[in-house]
Amino acid sequence: MNAPQANAAARMTYREACKQALREALLSDPRVFLMGEDIGRYGGCYAVTKGLLEEFGEERIRDTPLSESAFVGAGVGAAMAGMRPIVEIMTVNFSLLALDQIVNNAVTIPHMSGGQFAIPLVIRMATGGGRRVAAQHSRSLEGWYAHIPGLRVLTPATVEDARFMLKGALADPNPVIIFEHVMLYNMEGDLPSDMKVVEIAHAKVHRAGRDISLITYGGSLFKALEAADALAAEGIDAEVIDLRGLRPLDTKTILDSVAKTRRCVIIDEGWRSGSISAEIGMRIAEEAFFELDAPLRRVCSREAPIPFAAHLEDACLPQVATIVAVARELVRPS
Amino acid sequence: MTKKVHLDHAHLLHLLKAMIRIRHFEAKCVELYQAQKILGFLHLYDGEEAVSVGVMEALTQDDAVIATYREHGQALARGVDPKCLMAEMMGKLNGCCRGRGGSMHFFDRARRFYGGNAIVGGGLPLALGVALADKMQRRSTVTACFFGEGAVDEGEFHETLNLAKLWRLPILFVCENNLYSMGMAVERAEADTDFVHKASGYRVAGEKVDGMDVVAVESAARNAIDRIRSENDPYFLECRTYRFRAHSMFDAQLYRSKDEVEAWRKKGPIVRFQTWLEANRLIKPEELAAIEEEVDKEIAAAVAFAEAGGLEPVSEVERFVTMEAVPS
Ligand SMILES: Cc1ncc(C[n+]2csc(CCOP(=O)(O)OP(=O)(O)O)c2C)c(N)n1
Repeated sequence: MNAPQANAAARMTYREACKQALREALLSDPRVFLMGEDIGRYGGCYAVTKGLLEEFGEERIRDTPLSESAFVGAGVGAAMAGMRPIVEIMTVNFSLLALDQIVNNAVTIPHMSGGQFAIPLVIRMATGGGRRVAAQHSRSLEGWYAHIPGLRVLTPATVEDARFMLKGALADPNPVIIFEHVMLYNMEGDLPSDMKVVEIAHAKVHRAGRDISLITYGGSLFKALEAADALAAEGIDAEVIDLRGLRPLDTKTILDSVAKTRRCVIIDEGWRSGSISAEIGMRIAEEAFFELDAPLRRVCSREAPIPFAAHLEDACLPQVATIVAVARELVRPS
Repeated sequence: MTKKVHLDHAHLLHLLKAMIRIRHFEAKCVELYQAQKILGFLHLYDGEEAVSVGVMEALTQDDAVIATYREHGQALARGVDPKCLMAEMMGKLNGCCRGRGGSMHFFDRARRFYGGNAIVGGGLPLALGVALADKMQRRSTVTACFFGEGAVDEGEFHETLNLAKLWRLPILFVCENNLYSMGMAVERAEADTDFVHKASGYRVAGEKVDGMDVVAVESAARNAIDRIRSENDPYFLECRTYRFRAHSMFDAQLYRSKDEVEAWRKKGPIVRFQTWLEANRLIKPEELAAIEEEVDKEIAAAVAFAEAGGLEPVSEVERFVTMEAVPS
């Protein structure tokens, strides 16, 4: 493998950044191993783990059969017994077969055992729609996982976060789920040359602005940024917040932004009802209601399973034009 | 068959005592339950004592154990302190899990007791992980994974056996076949009631053993563990047993007759072993009396310990939801 060094300034894809992060983890800690379907010989269904089997061997790059529950549970057990497993579930859609192990074991054992066991487990999975692969491959369920106390839910949107969040996730003694949006793998970005690790606990003001806050995460970040550019052309200065993680929520960054702009739109690829956007909106309502100059608004997915046909899929997912329209209406009500 | 079990006098008395300890501990739990000092579910192991006592005899302290929610017997046989267990039953801070787990979720890190699990089948994948971690860390330990025959119907059983064999993990699968999962009789639940045969579908070797005979269980477990270590492979033990009492305290037992239960009681592991010891003059009445007295003292001390225990302050309820560090 001719992967660029971790500390060299470089332009690379999100996919490559994920791979370099894994590679660094494997090199720096012998307790780390990868486990998942087709991560080895096949190279990972999104090619993230390509080449790692040749470099690290079968014991540490463990291809598993189709047994989500067993290999995620094995990750929990291995974490309890001293290892640092990184488990890949192909996509969030299939994580439903492993929900028992995540929800009933990984997050309950530390508490239920009175703190005798921690579960330092990292689970990576792809999430989101946009690839025309129909409902069973297009779900955005990260908001569900964010409902569960004891989990940390990370949503790296940038190449930088894809490269450096894993280190923080591995240092965390708790089960961490990293959601990688399927539409981001081919995206290119620059890595700062001096970066070693990113702080996983904080949201980031990705673009500063005065007039309205666009609060989002993951694959929707770039839609929000595009919307912000379009709004700028109309003289509306939007601030874009990348949450970077859904649990714990960095409420402070959200509230600070809203206190400044006094208006906000939450953009979330999950469905509106009971979503993380509902949680964010309610926190703002609880803690910053009197700071607001306009109602809280959301752009979420239409409440249907994501369809296959391109025009229908596009209509279901949050789109730049909708974000722009909603934001415009809040800033300049007609 | 019994070549590996050293049936000296002390060992025989030790086995008897271990089973009586479980039985008396649970009898006390029933009393405390009726007095409403123990709340929630109470799943008794009454009738199944020979299984965990026999299996645990074959393990070393370095080996690991995955338990079920019916795990009073599994925990006591593993050597977890009855005091902490009783306190846990009563939800006390001095319980083995600070009162967070209760009767279905005993954990004891020091004894490598990786927990009772109230999700049927939920412990099986954990056993994979613990065994894998040990293997990757070059420890030559065995993980004993207990589960009821009801768990065999869950997908996790099948996924786990396949992976255990594929990855050649040192796991002793202990199927406690007590013929019922709640009210579901085994022959009503299984297309094939031969569990050893099912395990063999994954090329996991195994055998049936009379789970009412503690010596037979110990012997089978010792042979199994020798085999796991020498062949570098998992092994499956189906222990045929019976639960004398209801599934839990909420169960009216409408699904089986009193006669059936009575007939099984006569074949109970304690009565059978004790009768055999007496018939062969391997135990004196005063030795039996001494065992019972010692056990009852132990349990009385456990109750006193539990009664004296405080309650975890409510302010601590969110502690350990997320951990600050991995305990070493
Ligand atoms: C996944 C799951 N489904 C259902 C239950 C409810 N339940 C608790 S115990 C039990 C029967 C289990 O029987 P078995 O595995 O044979 O163990 P036994 O109670 O006989 O020891 C059921 C259905 C559960 N706890 N977990």
